[in-house]
Amino acid sequence: MKNAPIVGTSVPRIEGRDKVTGLARYVDDMVLPGMLYGATVRSRIPRGKIKEFTFGPDIDWKAFVIVSPRDIPGKNCIALIEDDQPCLADGLVNHPEEPLLLLAHPDRHLLPKAVEAVSVEYDPMPAIFSMEESEKLSQVVWGADNTFKTYLIEKGEVDPVWENADYVVEGEYTTGAQEQLYIENNGMIASFDPQQGLTVWGSLQCPYYVHKALMKLCNLPENRVRVVQMETGGAFGGKEEYPSMIAGHAALLAMKSGRPVKIVYDRMEDMAATTKRHPSRTRHRTAIRRDGKILGGEIEFTIDGGAYETLSPVVLSRGAIHAGGPYYWPSVRIRAKAVATNTPPHGAFRGFGAPQSLFALERHMDHIAEVLGLSSVEIRRRNFLTPGQTTTTGQTVQEEIDLGKLLDRALEVSHYHTKKEKFAENQQERSKKGMGVAAFLHGAGFTGSGERYLGSLVGLEVCSDGSVRVLVSSTEFGQGTKTVLCQIAAEALGLRYEDVGIAQPDTREVPNSGPTVASRTVMVVGKLVQSAAVGIRQTLTASGKLGESYSSDEFRVACRAYVAEHGKFRSLARYEQPDDIVWDEEKYRGSAYAAFAWAVYVAEVTVDLVTYSVSVDDFVAIQEVGKVLHPVLAKGQIIGGVAQGVGFALYEKVIWENGRMQNGQMTNYIMPTSADLPDIRVFFEELNNVHGAFGAKGIGELPMDGPAPAIVNAIEDALHIAFDSIPLLPEDIFDALAKRAVPEIAPSSAQGQQ
Amino acid sequence: MSESSQDARCEIAFTVNGQLATVRAYAMERLLDVLRHELGLTGTKEGCGEGECGSCSVLMDGSLVNSCLIPVLQASGANIVTIEGLASDGHLAVLQQTFLEYGGAQCGICTPGMILAAVHLLTKKPCPTLEEIREGLSGNLCRCTGYMQIIEAVAEAGRHGAAT
Repeated sequence: MKNAPIVGTSVPRIEGRDKVTGLARYVDDMVLPGMLYGATVRSRIPRGKIKEFTFGPDIDWKAFVIVSPRDIPGKNCIALIEDDQPCLADGLVNHPEEPLLLLAHPDRHLLPKAVEAVSVEYDPMPAIFSMEESEKLSQVVWGADNTFKTYLIEKGEVDPVWENADYVVEGEYTTGAQEQLYIENNGMIASFDPQQGLTVWGSLQCPYYVHKALMKLCNLPENRVRVVQMETGGAFGGKEEYPSMIAGHAALLAMKSGRPVKIVYDRMEDMAATTKRHPSRTRHRTAIRRDGKILGGEIEFTIDGGAYETLSPVVLSRGAIHAGGPYYWPSVRIRAKAVATNTPPHGAFRGFGAPQSLFALERHMDHIAEVLGLSSVEIRRRNFLTPGQTTTTGQTVQEEIDLGKLLDRALEVSHYHTKKEKFAENQQERSKKGMGVAAFLHGAGFTGSGERYLGSLVGLEVCSDGSVRVLVSSTEFGQGTKTVLCQIAAEALGLRYEDVGIAQPDTREVPNSGPTVASRTVMVVGKLVQSAAVGIRQTLTASGKLGESYSSDEFRVACRAYVAEHGKFRSLARYEQPDDIVWDEEKYRGSAYAAFAWAVYVAEVTVDLVTYSVSVDDFVAIQEVGKVLHPVLAKGQIIGGVAQGVGFALYEKVIWENGRMQNGQMTNYIMPTSADLPDIRVFFEELNNVHGAFGAKGIGELPMDGPAPAIVNAIEDALHIAFDSIPLLPEDIFDALAKRAVPEIAPSSAQGQQ
Repeated sequence: MSESSQDARCEIAFTVNGQLATVRAYAMERLLDVLRHELGLTGTKEGCGEGECGSCSVLMDGSLVNSCLIPVLQASGANIVTIEGLASDGHLAVLQQTFLEYGGAQCGICTPGMILAAVHLLTKKPCPTLEEIREGLSGNLCRCTGYMQIIEAVAEAGRHGAAT
């Protein structure tokens, strides 16, 4: 007997009840007997040699546990891609807020004073704070040439296209650092027992990243390190890599003191010390035919990685691959580079490089339209990728995507043409209105061969009471991971949603299903859950305990009978790369992603000419994300991503001074409130995706990519001023308008070539 | 008050979720910490520690306050409601139910404060317009939802005519 479909319906969020009643347990809600509180002494300078620590006179230092690099049992590094980032700076400081020493004490109120009382004497060294300084090699602060990574993507022959071009359009676009600003600050608790080993509980996205880092740092074997994810109050990429650092710190204090240690950052420490979105600079030079067709182009994409490599190569890769957007480039050369500066390392944040390069491209498309005298709509329509064409890496578009249709629908529901006309005719003295459009794509899952290297493993377990549990290291931090994976398991097993449970990610219990990043969970991990479910059915059917069709109760009876005979059992499924996904890591060519999600967004804005503030009055988000498995959660992902995109464009500015964030408070780093955002209207087109669970694709990051360019394009439409840097604050608009008041027309970088 | 000369802490009594609570605390301790550490009411969350994000919102004598900004002495004799005080006998309050249904809670960290802000709003204004909801919740930050599903949840609770 088949139950009603579960996939495609908005079942209740599995942990929702605990969240609305306040019962959900986050790391700061947990207290262990005898627990100490830990704190971090950090560098105050951007770069230099540490000469001496002085412990101030008014503190009873004997009551403190103090950890220095000498106390590290293993290698002093946070293992990730390279091992270049120390857990505690040893002799040399490379950025402000770099961890130097750790303190722990039973009374958490005493810690801030103690941290203040440690003074550090340095031999300061010259530091660099911008990509330009880094490229000039005014100081070499990392490796031989300040370069973490470069990529070259080449398609076709670019060099001859300039001759045949009717127009060559150039532009430079920049984006700033952005703080993830999860509302729950980072935190970890560690406990060490010489027999049992090390256990950490914390706010995190990737249990096995933390596990790997702790093994190396603490010199412990795999089975003596255990990582447990607590309920996690938002992450957005911000809890991908830095939790390994905090877990390491708590672990070192716990190992030295023999007592459990909790480290929970306050907001200012979290903002100043942990990762942010990479600042970026993109240069475009594009050859265009008179009819608006792109002939070819050169794209230079550069990001500021901060002081250590961390995830910069991977962020760079995604940014570079997305730099050509959803358009057909007969030829293109993309040069990408991640450089070092003396700021805290920048890291993962929803979109992971793509929001940066797509902001540039989607501003550039409007720039091209302006030069050619075409509309923003037409320039896009004439260059959209169509099925059978190839992307910049040479990947053939297999999906039956019709971007023109997405565009038409976006224009229709936003009343784009009518409004644009009306705004052009009817501009007010006090305010100007405009419409902007952005088209984009986002690849789901790890890039290229990434998923093959990960080789994710997923389990489904049949328990003695006949219930089924999903075993994955994929974490819930708001997106609905647990809910959707249970939906998938229930649907694949032919059960009811409530018949399936899911284990809390705990490396002692769950296999490594990979990190919870890259919009991969529903598509890749979900598909594996679906496969594991087939294994359970087959086992039960083969044992003769389950017929071809069954009710939930019959299934449970069969499970119980099977477990009684054979013990509890697991069905495991490991990722295998499909044959049609071929990637050349050397040449950076081939199938970069198993699937792309596609979107067209339209923003309507008002610029107030008295306050110079911009309000987004309406926002239409149309996307194709494969099959939508949970409409309420999917819509929540899109709206939430758009809101962060509005912040990225208009509000969120990190003020840097000597490599340190100066506005590390919610009072002076401004994110959108409920009063700042418009109705965000979400529409889905649904194509099937053979690579995803029940046809799903990745969805989480996509909505971060489009809002910023759509909004800035709308501002250009309102003011006829091109802004090519974000965040775009009222003072920037004021400056530009003041400049325009002086009768001088900025020279266009476009040139006709005939 | 029974305090020794060495101990600067004093005894402070107030009502929390209908129960009388007496704590020994420093007068200037944050109500947030007393609720969480002394009374074990960890549903109240800290987001910023400076009254900006609203995660630590509780109701104090019917007013919505940031408990990170309230010295506990100020709560002496007050009637305080935290998120733990909304559901009764395992039955969710209407707002808790609508937050679940409409996707108003994602990561959940702002949710307790947000729900209390919504209770406060609906008590003052039982059937708010969407604009009034946007305004009424603008002191509570949420990074996950973009607010719309929260606003829908509050509007729906308003239609049910139920503040809690």
